[in-house]
Order: sequence, then C-alpha cells, then structure tokens
Amino acid sequence: MDHKRYFLEKFGVTDRLLERCLGEALSAGGDYADLYFESVAATSLGVDESIVKSASQGVSAGCGVRVVSGERTGYAYTDDLSADRLLRAARTAALIANGPATQTVQGFTETEVPNLYPAPAADLDTDLASKLDLVMRADRAARKYDPRVTQVRASYADELRRILVAASDGTYASDTQPMARMNVFVLAKDATRTAKGSSGGGGRVEIGYFAGPKRPEHFAEEAARTAILQLSAVAAPAGEMEVVLGPGWPGVLLHEAVGHGLEADFNRKKTSAFAGMIGRQVASPKVTVVDNGRMPSRRGSLNVDDEGSATQETVLIENGVLKCYLSDKLSARLMGIPGTGNGRRESYQQIPMPRMTNTYMLAGEDDPYDIIRSVKRGLYAVNFGGGQVDITSGKFVFSASEAYLIEDGKVTAPVRDATLIGNGPEALKHVSMVGNDLALDEGIGTCGKDGQSVPVGVGMPTVKLDRMTVGGTGR
Amino acid sequence: MSTATGTGIDLQQLAAEVVRKALAAGASDAEVTIREGDEFSVSVRLGEVETLKESGSRGVGLRVLVQADNGYRVASTSSSDFTSEGIEHLVAGAVALAKVTSVDPFAGLAELGEFGQLDGDLQLYHEDVYSLPPPERIALARRAEAAAMAVDTRLVNSDGASFDAATGQRIFANSRGFAGEYRSSYCSIAASPIAQSQNGEMQRDYWWSQARAFRDLDQPEAVGQEAARRTLRMLDARRVATQQAPVIFAPEVARGLVGSIFDAATGDAIYREASIFTGKLGQQVAAESVTVVDDGTIVGGFGTSPFDAEGLPSRRTVIVERGILRNYVLNTYSGRKLGMKSTGNAGRGLAGNPYLDAGNLFLEAGAEAPDAILRSVDQGLYVTRLMGQGVNPVTGDYSRGAAGLWIENGEVAYSVHEITIAGNLNDMLRNITAIGNDLVFRGATAAPTLRIDGMTIAGE
Repeated sequence: MDHKRYFLEKFGVTDRLLERCLGEALSAGGDYADLYFESVAATSLGVDESIVKSASQGVSAGCGVRVVSGERTGYAYTDDLSADRLLRAARTAALIANGPATQTVQGFTETEVPNLYPAPAADLDTDLASKLDLVMRADRAARKYDPRVTQVRASYADELRRILVAASDGTYASDTQPMARMNVFVLAKDATRTAKGSSGGGGRVEIGYFAGPKRPEHFAEEAARTAILQLSAVAAPAGEMEVVLGPGWPGVLLHEAVGHGLEADFNRKKTSAFAGMIGRQVASPKVTVVDNGRMPSRRGSLNVDDEGSATQETVLIENGVLKCYLSDKLSARLMGIPGTGNGRRESYQQIPMPRMTNTYMLAGEDDPYDIIRSVKRGLYAVNFGGGQVDITSGKFVFSASEAYLIEDGKVTAPVRDATLIGNGPEALKHVSMVGNDLALDEGIGTCGKDGQSVPVGVGMPTVKLDRMTVGGTGR
Repeated sequence: MSTATGTGIDLQQLAAEVVRKALAAGASDAEVTIREGDEFSVSVRLGEVETLKESGSRGVGLRVLVQADNGYRVASTSSSDFTSEGIEHLVAGAVALAKVTSVDPFAGLAELGEFGQLDGDLQLYHEDVYSLPPPERIALARRAEAAAMAVDTRLVNSDGASFDAATGQRIFANSRGFAGEYRSSYCSIAASPIAQSQNGEMQRDYWWSQARAFRDLDQPEAVGQEAARRTLRMLDARRVATQQAPVIFAPEVARGLVGSIFDAATGDAIYREASIFTGKLGQQVAAESVTVVDDGTIVGGFGTSPFDAEGLPSRRTVIVERGILRNYVLNTYSGRKLGMKSTGNAGRGLAGNPYLDAGNLFLEAGAEAPDAILRSVDQGLYVTRLMGQGVNPVTGDYSRGAAGLWIENGEVAYSVHEITIAGNLNDMLRNITAIGNDLVFRGATAAPTLRIDGMTIAGE
C-alpha cells in the first residue's frame, strides 16, 4: 500500500480531518501544532539451545498531538484513531496555551523526500521460513566455530513503521521505514573460565541483506571469536594512557563525547558543556565529525524526520572547530538557527527532540599500522558495549568489550572488559593520529535520551588519543 | 482522568474471551495479558512550564502453547487494536506462528496447584494521585525547582523539575482457569538544578520522591533542597591518582549492586551456566554480614503485585542469607530446567516468553550509621554516581565511571569525577566490610550504604 494513502485507507484519516485536528489543537492560542501518526508491525524469532523457542508478532498504531506556545509544549496521544479520539487529544494538548486562537492552519505542502531504503508493500512479512533459516544457520555456525562454545542464542527481528506528519505550518510528510536486525550471543567455557561474546547488525533493509556479506555466519563467527578470545583475556590496565580505537563501532566515542552535547535543546538551555562554543576549537585539527541522516539503508537514516522535516548531512566539527548544533523545529525557532532535520521520537507517545542519526568522523591520512606502532604502552580497543554521558559536566564513559594491550608498538594480550572515561570538550583535543580506514558500525546502535530510544549509527577510522583513562584493575 | 476505561469493554471478560478463541483456533493452552494505563507529566524549567503531557493507552498480548508429543510449541502476538477484527488477527497470528517454532520439552504452564494470588488490599492503587487539579500539579514542580534554586547563588541554571502521575491496570488470564486483575498508581516529584563554580565548571545532580499515594510524597521543597545540596557538593570536583582504596557506595548506587546479585541468581543465567553463582547454591558467595531478599508481598511496595506474570502468587525469597547463596529466583520455565519450582518471579512484556523479574529487592540493613562508615575510612571514595553499563554478568567483571566525594581521615575532603572504579563481583561481594543502617525504599530495589574494600580506582 502506498504510504501516502495508508492512514487514509486503513484508518479514514482525511486531509480535512487533519486540518480539523490541527485547528482544534490551536484553538486555545498555540503558535504551532503537529500530528504524528504511526503504525508499526514487528516480528521477532529466536533460537536458543538450538531450538526455536520464541516467535512473536506485534502491531500498534496511534497518534500524538503536539501544541507549542512560546517555549511550552503540550502533548497528548491516542491509540484509537477515530475522529472523536483525535479531536479529544487535540483539545487536551491545546490547553498548554491560554487564550483565543491566533494561528491558522496553512495549506499542506508535501516534504520532498529521498528514497534511502526499501518500502516493502506487505504489512507483515509472512515469509517466516527464510527468517527461521537465518537464526538456525547462526546457531550452527557459532557451534561449529569452536568446541568450547557452550551456549548460542540467535535472533532475527524486523519492523515496518509507517508515519504521517501534518503540521499547522503546512508541513506534510509520510514515510515507510523498514528495520531489520540479527543478533548472536555466545557463551564459551574452558576448564577454568566462562566468557561471553556477542555480535549483531542490520539496518533499514529487507531480509535479502542477510544473504550478502553480513550473512548469519558472519555474526555467529564474530560472536564466537570474541567469546573464545575472552577466555584468555588478562586484567585490563588502570589509569591514564595512550588509547587507540579501531574503526567502526568505537565511533560510539563521538556519540558520547560530543554528539549528545551538541544537541540543540541542551545548548538552548545552556545545560551542555558545549554551550556557547560555536566557532571554538573543541578537538584536534585532525578531527571532522558529521551527522548524516541521508545514508542509504543505514540504521540511523531517515527519509524524513519525525517532525516531517527533510534530513541532511550536517558538519558538527570541522578541523577541530565546532560548527553547528543538531536541531529540531522548536530549538531552531527559539535559537534562530537553521533546522537540521534531527527532530526524532521513539513513538507516537513521545515528544520529539533533537537526536543524532548516523554520526561519524571523516577519514584522515594515517596508516592504521603506523598508529599502533607509535604507541609504547597503551590500549587498543576495537569493540564496545554501550556508553553514557553527563552533558552538563561533559564526562562520558564507554565500555570496551574487545581490547588488547599495546606494548612497544605491538598488539599483545586481549584484556577483560573495562570502561573508559573522559571529558567531552577535552577528549578529542588529544586525538593525535587519524587513520585512512573510516568504517561505519554494522547497525546495532540504540540511543537513549530522556527515556526515549531511537536507532542510530556511528563510525570512525582508527584513531589515536594521546591520553584517556582506562578503568581496569591491572597495572 | 480515566480515558481508556471509558470505552466500556470489560477487560477481564475480553481476556477470557481471547483465551477461549485461542483454544478454539487450535492452541492447547493460552495466556492473555492486558495492560491499560494513564499518564500525566509536567516539567517546569526556570519557573515556566516546559512540557505538559496527558494521555492513556492500552495493549493486549497473547501467548499460545500447542502440545506436541514431547512438549509444546509456543508463540505470541500483541496489539493495540481491541476491535473484534483486531482480536481475530491477534489469535490467528499467534496460532499460525506457533507452527514454525520448535517443540520445547521444558515449555508449558505451571502445575494447577501453583496458580493463585495474594488476598487482601496490597495498597497498590490510590485515587489521590489524580485528585489534584492540573494547576496544582504544575505548582508542585515549580515549588520543587524554586526551593532548589533558592539554596545558593551558585545554582545558576536548571535542568528542570517535574511532577508525574500514572495509573495502570493489569489483567492476566490463562487456560488453566487463572484470572486476575490489579490496579496500581504512582506519582513522583523530581528536581535537577545546575551549579557553576567560579572557573565555569558546571555540575548537575538531582533528587526525587516517589510514592503510590500522593499523600506519601515528600514535600516539593524537601526534594528541591536535597537536589541542591547534592549538586553543590559536586562543585570544584577533581580527579584522583590511580590507586586501590576502600569505596563506599551511597544507597542510591548500592542498589545497582543488589540488582547485579539478583541477575546472577536468576534461573535463566543459572541453567545456561552464565552466572558467577552457577553451581554455588549453599556456598558462601558474599561477606557473612550480607543478606539479600526479594519480597513481592510488601504492602504498598513499588515491586509488589498479587500475582506474577504467569499467575503465581508473589512471595518472599531469601537469595543470600548471611553470605550463603540460599535460593535462585525462578519462573516456571527456568525452574523446570533446573528441576525446581517457580519462585513467582515471572515477568513479561505483552509479547514474548516470560522472563525473570524482581519484586521488592533489598540488601538487609546493618547496624552502622552511614557517618560512622565514612569515618572508618582513612583514604577512599564515597561514590554517589555511576555511569555506563560496565558489569559483565558472566565473568563478574565490574568497571564503571564514577563520581562522588573523596574521604581523607574519615572526613569529606573534596568532590571527585572522571574516574572509574573496577573489580570483580565475586571479590566485591566478599569484601563488603560495612553495611549501613539506612535502608530506605526509593523504588523497587533498595540497599543501605555499603563499604567495599580492594577495588581499583583509575584516574590521573
């Protein structure tokens, strides 16, 4: 079904109803109102102990109504898309303002959107057999990798989200957003130790993606390799040292160290350690960081953001100088800065806010081998779990799940899990070498902010930081 | 405010009907969960309303089990569509999905005698969370923030203050005749001021009060003032040298350790041999002073429920008693895998198999005053904030970002940040050398002040 007509055909949402709801939303004097319709169908399958123990499907639909009056936002939502309920939600949200209506609803102009990902026609893909095949193959590949593998869990999950955004400023946009992902979790055991390894990936893709280079065996072998490696890991070192981050997912450093701190809402309120620093040197001149919502098929990509604005590539830091914040409509208007198409939300039940899409550092000129060779004693971290940042103090952490000691320019023993900590506005000033090997992550990132989770991407070339604190227990 | 219930559908009847339809469609057993909830939320910042949200939603989940020679195939579906067409789709989808899953010899509902629920009023629901008109709810958030900002001129900015209220209803029914329903309510006040030191460094902390009844909430002024105190004490934070030193966990971070103990004791982790507690039932796993209990029966508790997500009565389970691992926490499936009975700790989402969930989880209070524990440390860290996930449940490796206060000669010397604390849970639990008498439930998991020796602090 054409996504432009989906909410009309399935729920009877006509343009006239949209206009009525927006009019009702502005009836108490709001400056701006928008409606966000969302319909989601999701499937997941899991193999565990070599049998398919779980299979589930879910559907949900709803609409969120937002009214903005100055810096105030009123919000209400409904999971019943009848005209009555929509109008009632609009009246509830309207009460954030207090007075007679002053704004009228503009005629709709459709946002021009690219075509970054496939838009499957079927509501729920009923081809379960091929999904089952993926998880069973992952199970077999992980077990085959090494006899020390004792437990394997593999899952496949996909989702199809349809959205329609209509706003009183004339914004009108719709999109169909697919997402698919595989995950493999492995336990390995030897005489004395047990260790875990995990791997996963995907994006705004269809199942055919997993027939390419990122086939189930790829994720399974990667998870098994990590678990086996961890069986012989030594204690991670403790203290400040040189740190080399591998390409790809270690770009989570950027997400935590600078990305969140550059979200416009925090800077409008001056609660971010980066507030007022546009034009200032916040990183080494070797560092250029962009946020790009327009990469084909990427997990963090969107044809249109959740406020109906076109997404774009935004340069955040250019040669170490802070250039731009990531904004949504509210922040752009209140700060008098351009919108960057970064207004996102977890679901129709949530108020949108500035969020990252795919955030990465551009490649430099150094050979990754030279970078390792330049380190006398340090840590080489190639894979990470999650991270977290306190945007006010600027302190951020990210946890290495695969890392090695570097001794006299050589990568030596693998180390056990350790958290790295740094200070956002300072950390990237210590970047002394940037590799020529930019890679993006495999499509596993989920970012949390104010209780809302959204899918994101990160990326980075091999990077050397002259100093960073490593939270191990060893020497 | 009662939005979703206004539709006139009796949800208990609906749950029973979905069970019947699932059996008619070919399921051997079925479980139905219905959740309905309303929320109100207001945030203010620098005295002005920033966001105001008011709404309700609901969902239904079905899990079907189809018997085979040697076990069951299971599958589940969920939906927000309560129309008869939506329900038909829910049922047909689940039964169709069950055709593709494997026969699992350990799957299946609990035994008949195990189902049940606690009697009496557990005081989980109080009308008064919605008794205040919206302007007064807004005023509560304003008062909390104003009280915080008034404490000190170094409080120059605010991340806002909020008042939240929510009510929910949960219905569960299965094909073995269990039917249960309960309502719960919740409200909270929180404040998060920002302080700035002369050199421009900013610090933010927060404090909150939550309760099931509005009348049990702390005064907004008390919440704001405590948030201010916590924020101000972090100003002019330094880093410290990398070293081994005693670490005192404040109650609000100590409860994370109790959560790790629960995770290690879950049947799921045990049968997979993915836990530091694997095979250690009856053995010493923590210092002799340590007792950890999960109790889903405490009247009015944040983790209390009359029955778990499989329709078994909530109960009290001693996990660690005087340092000895006494019990695993189990649902029906993990119990069966281990040859044991469920401890009534099943949790679940709308769709998916049951998982393991804590009730009111706590480490029992000790005898020492928190001040006395601080005074017992010559040189060490009083940690008030932890960052990152940094706990490996399989190996017990623990490494997290930390901030707090540095202790010298039993006194607070200065605040510290941008450091990590690291160790291994196996050692950390054995090296708990002092337990405070300050156990207070500020959520479903609680712990008193804890002193742990032998951890590594990484800094400069």
